[in-house]
Parts: sequence; structure tokens; C-alpha cells
Amino acid sequence: MAKIVSLTDAVAEFVHDGDTVALEGFTHLIPFAAGHEIIRQRRRDLTLARMTPDLIYDQIIGAGCARKLIFSWGGNPGVGSLYRLRDAITAGWPVPLEIEEHTHAGMANRYVAGASGLPFAVLRGAAGTDLTRHTPTVTTVRCPFTGEHLTAVAALNPDVTIVHAQRADRAGNVQLWGITGVQKEAVLAARRALATVEEVVNELPPEPGAIVLPRFTLNAVAVVPGGAAPSYAHGYYDRDNAAYLEWDTISRDRETFTAWLRDVEKGDPEKGDPEKGEPGTKRRRP
Amino acid sequence: MNHTAEEMMTVAAARELRDGQVVFVGIDLPSRAANLARRLHAPGLVLVYESGTVDTKPAELPLSIGDGVLADTALTVVSVPEVFNYWLQPGRMDVGFLSGAQIDRYANLNTTVIGAYDEPEVRLPGSGGAPEISAGCREIIVVMRHRKRAFVDQVDFITTFGHGSGPTDRALLGLHGSGPMRVITDLGVLEPAPDSKELMLTALHPGVTVEQVRAETGWSLEISDELGETTPPTERELTTLRAMKTVGAGRR
Repeated sequence: MAKIVSLTDAVAEFVHDGDTVALEGFTHLIPFAAGHEIIRQRRRDLTLARMTPDLIYDQIIGAGCARKLIFSWGGNPGVGSLYRLRDAITAGWPVPLEIEEHTHAGMANRYVAGASGLPFAVLRGAAGTDLTRHTPTVTTVRCPFTGEHLTAVAALNPDVTIVHAQRADRAGNVQLWGITGVQKEAVLAARRALATVEEVVNELPPEPGAIVLPRFTLNAVAVVPGGAAPSYAHGYYDRDNAAYLEWDTISRDRETFTAWLRDVEKGDPEKGDPEKGEPGTKRRRP
Repeated sequence: MNHTAEEMMTVAAARELRDGQVVFVGIDLPSRAANLARRLHAPGLVLVYESGTVDTKPAELPLSIGDGVLADTALTVVSVPEVFNYWLQPGRMDVGFLSGAQIDRYANLNTTVIGAYDEPEVRLPGSGGAPEISAGCREIIVVMRHRKRAFVDQVDFITTFGHGSGPTDRALLGLHGSGPMRVITDLGVLEPAPDSKELMLTALHPGVTVEQVRAETGWSLEISDELGETTPPTERELTTLRAMKTVGAGRR
């Protein structure tokens, strides 16, 4: 049952060295503040799972917290490369990084299987690619009814999933809307789950297209306004595209990255992105 | 009006899309071309992005595949498992619009790695949605800048299956759609030859020579007997393209 705690306490209690950790959010609602708290608490040997590693995993990998990455698209969306990820894969800096990669459809279905309590998921997949030769968690399966050959992917059940959402009520039920990605599946597939939220309200008002994660699917909820910046929180603040462009320069070089890392380590966990101070332009209607 | 090679490519790609088609759109060049088509001859074009935004009509171009502007202007927003399982997989998409770092003579695409997989020279982003887009859409259009390092005899890694190594491969693998039917570059247009499925040059953009295209292609490129020339961008096409801005870019 979800308890409302500080981000520091939530990460301290529920994210352990060696865990398989999924921070999900497809471009939208990326739990940056929680990721930075993982860096500050110096977690080690994590297996990071996420469809689009994005800046947040570039940062966690650059900080040396991870030994493995499970993913399906590792770039800086619309900008270019993730240089910390590249450096870890090609040069082992700061520590070597093992990778396990899938397609988006494969990753999404791995979470679906995990959430459904099944050992694997079936999809048409993309026959003929080189991926199956390198990824042991994707293979083919024969349909028992039609004899067709289909793609099978192993379920993904993270030790802990972390998501960011717009709001929670006082009991710890969490509501999110806009682009909802794979957050529901990633939370339901996980052994433990945390959510950071923009705000806590007495009662969750209805919101078109919203999903609700009931309190019994979560272990902890932490209030972190701006916790998704520089990604965005639909209805609260916009994506800081300039920060994504700027990351290209910071990430490219080990020294500029290390300077950035020192700033994050000094940051205040309850205030979102320490670089920005302010969590973007608030535009939520009352 | 003078135009750049890049503008010619975007306009030529946009012209490939017909009004009323349902398009699964990749980010960057494909997204720019699809949004241009929607502003010109195809106002009823249905854009679907892998972030789950269905029938979206962004006023500005998204920088990423999941920008808020896509959700704000969508007919409906569905989850990521749903967009792949319910919308792409069963064959509801007419056209998939893709790009890549490398393409080979059979239009296989590589966005994974340059060099060996285990010891890469350059590590690229990976698969994303592209492999299933190529498997599931009725046809694929590729938009890519024409450079020798990108147009290679064989891709280092088949991230996205085009025509494999010949005309029967897609059918043998049970892939539904017809695969890449057109490759639009900044120099011209390539199409798979009907018998061999090997890409051949079918049109040149204005001012471009066959020699130029051959110099930027890493295999001995066949030239179609009916080699055409692309109509230059009209004033309306160029004005519309130049007026399209990307969300939040250059704000600082």
C-alpha cells in the first residue's frame, strides 16, 4: 500500500544495489528527479530497463550506477546521440556496460507479459533482422492453432519501477494522463513501485484519457514538483527542448559531464532538476 | 524561387503521401515531410506516432516523437503497447515513413551499429519502432540524405528488414507489407527493380547528374530506362516548408 514519503526515503528504502530498475515515461513524465536521487545515493550495479534511455539513463550510466542496460532506442530524441551511453559501451567509461536490446514493440510486450503474470509475450515482430542473434530474450514460437511462426519475448519484471505522474490523492492513488507510454505495464510488472507526483490533492478529479494506478500497486509516493523536467508534465509544464539540445554539449565530453554530475550531487532532491531551479513554466489551469 | 537539396528532398517525400492515407511517422526527416504534406495536398492525412498519438495535427513540428504538441492535437492518445499491438501490427497503416544511418542495395536499414556489434566503431540508437513499422505497414517510404557512407553495399547490421537479399525474402519470412517502395534522397529517387528488388535510380532532382548519384552510392547503381526528373518545388511548397517551425528550438 502506497505511503507518502520523501523522495530520499523512497529511493533509500526501495532501490537497492544490484536491482533491475525501470524508470519509464515515453518522452513525457520521465522521472528525472528520482533518477538524480539514485545518482546522489550512489547506487551501484543496477540493471537499467527503459524503452528510450533518454537523458536520464545517459546521466545514471555516466555516474557509474549501472552494469547493464535493457532498451529499445538509445538516442537524444530529435537531437542526436547519448554520449555517456556510447562511452560506456565502446570504452567502458566509467564502468563497462552490458546491453540487451529490443525493438519498441518487443520491449512494450515484455512489460505487458510481466504485468499479466505470463512468462512471455507473443507478437508478429520483425523477422529477418539481426537482433535475434544478439538478444537471448527474443526468439520465435509456433502458434499451436495456425502453425504460424511468431516472435516471443521474455517477460520483464523489474525489481522496482519508478514513474512520475501529475497527481496523487492522500491515500496514494496516482493519476497520469497525456502520453501514457508503458507506465501502467511497467508498474504492474514490477515487484516494487514508486511514483513521484507534481502534487497531492484531496480527491482525484476526472481527467480525459487518464490512467489511475491504485494505491495497492505502489509502495511509495513522493511529491516532487517539476520532477519530470526537462521532460514535461502534460497540463503542468512543457518539455524543455533547449535543455535537450544543451545536453548534447554536456554529454559529449567526460569533463563537462563530470562538472554537471558534481552539481547534481549537491542538488536538493525535493526540488526537481537542480540545474533549472524552477520546474518549467507552470500552466496548469485551476 | 531557389531551393536547397534538403528542401527538394522534403518536398519530394511529402508528394509521396496521398490525402486520406494513414501514415506511421518516424521523427526528423519523415515527420517534417509528413507534416508538409498535411499542409499542402493532403489535409486529410492521418498521422500516427509511436508515442501513441493517433491522428495528430501539430501546429509546430515536434522535436521528439512524444512532444506535448502531438498529444494536445491528437484525435486520441493510446498507450505504447496499444499503438504497436492494435494499430500497427494488424496492418491498419497504409504507409510507414522511415529514415536510417545506413541503407543497402536491398533497402535494408541500419540504425544499430557501425562496425561489429560487440566492438562497435559507432554505436547508433538502435531499433525503436522501425523494424515492426517495416513489417506491418502496407508500404514503406524511406527519406535519407544521399551519402556514400550511408548508401552501402551491405549494412553492418540489419535493424529493419527491407527486401533482404532479393524478391522472395519478405514473403518467406511472412512479412505482410510490400516493404520499401521508394527511397527519397537529396539527390533523387530510388525504387526497387520489380524483378530483383535491388534499388535503382528512377529520378534525379533538378541539377543533379547520374555521376553525382553514383559517386555517393556504395554499390554499382542501376539506372532506370525511364529515368525521370523531379519537378522542382513550387513557390507554395517552399513557402509552406520554410514557415514550419520546430517546437521550442532556438528558444535560448
